[in-house]
Amino acid sequence: MEDLADGMAVISMPYDEALIGDPVTKVIHGGAVSALMDTAGGAAVMAHPRAGVGTATLDLRIDYMRSATPGQRITATATCYHVTRSVAFVRATACDEDGDLPVATATGAFTVIPGKSKT
Amino acid sequence: MKKPEPVGAVKHRRDTVLSAIVSQIPYIRFLGVSFDRHGDELTATMAYHPDLIGNPMLPALHGGATASFLEITAIVGLTWASLWEDMEAGNIDVGTVQQGALLLPKTIDFTVDYLRAGLPRDAYARAVLNRSGRRYASVHVEGWQDNRQRLFAQATGHFLMPPRDAKH
Repeated sequence: MEDLADGMAVISMPYDEALIGDPVTKVIHGGAVSALMDTAGGAAVMAHPRAGVGTATLDLRIDYMRSATPGQRITATATCYHVTRSVAFVRATACDEDGDLPVATATGAFTVIPGKSKT
Repeated sequence: MKKPEPVGAVKHRRDTVLSAIVSQIPYIRFLGVSFDRHGDELTATMAYHPDLIGNPMLPALHGGATASFLEITAIVGLTWASLWEDMEAGNIDVGTVQQGALLLPKTIDFTVDYLRAGLPRDAYARAVLNRSGRRYASVHVEGWQDNRQRLFAQATGHFLMPPRDAKH
């Protein structure tokens, strides 16, 4: 966990050989990037002042822009761009150490648990 | 008429190719996923492990573990299907596949529907190729736990296929 603010979360993951998805290029598996963005998305929802303390992913769509550079840490930033009483809409971006072009972007919908609002 | 190949030889060849694909991808071992084969049909199993829990209150499987599991199922299913014909025709050098020269499809996008909370139990998944072209493929994956009819997640993804001449 790198940063947590209202409806925003930044989470990073170090490179690990156990996460390799392509043995030839040593590139990390897309699923590991998905998992990181799902975690960041969920954390962003829970960090939103109008959302409850728990959340579940309804759907998550990942677009893979390029391969992550082997050996580099991957950082996911997620933001809630709209929160209703029951659903939070989240966008997330994952970058490696070359921050210009993201490795992947995601959009997702997460549940907002009614009756557990912190405000 | 050509004499049919002994069943043991057929199974050995198929299982060797499958295990060569699976054992080459470290992330499959990391998540604890294995594959069962019946003919050309593959069923993936993600064995339950406490590390896969995302919400300890319920407890429920982590959405990221579920997404990864379905994506692995899609990639292995796609690779397996793309090798099948050559494998059956005896055009694949199993040794080369085992040595890690296998090129894998690349995920372009992957969309997961979380239909219900993943229970702290083993999960299963099967991939169906909606369309598998020379360059692009569309794959649908269904994931379930105790009951085949009650999916806990499903996914659709698009993949860029590796160049065919450099396949193995």
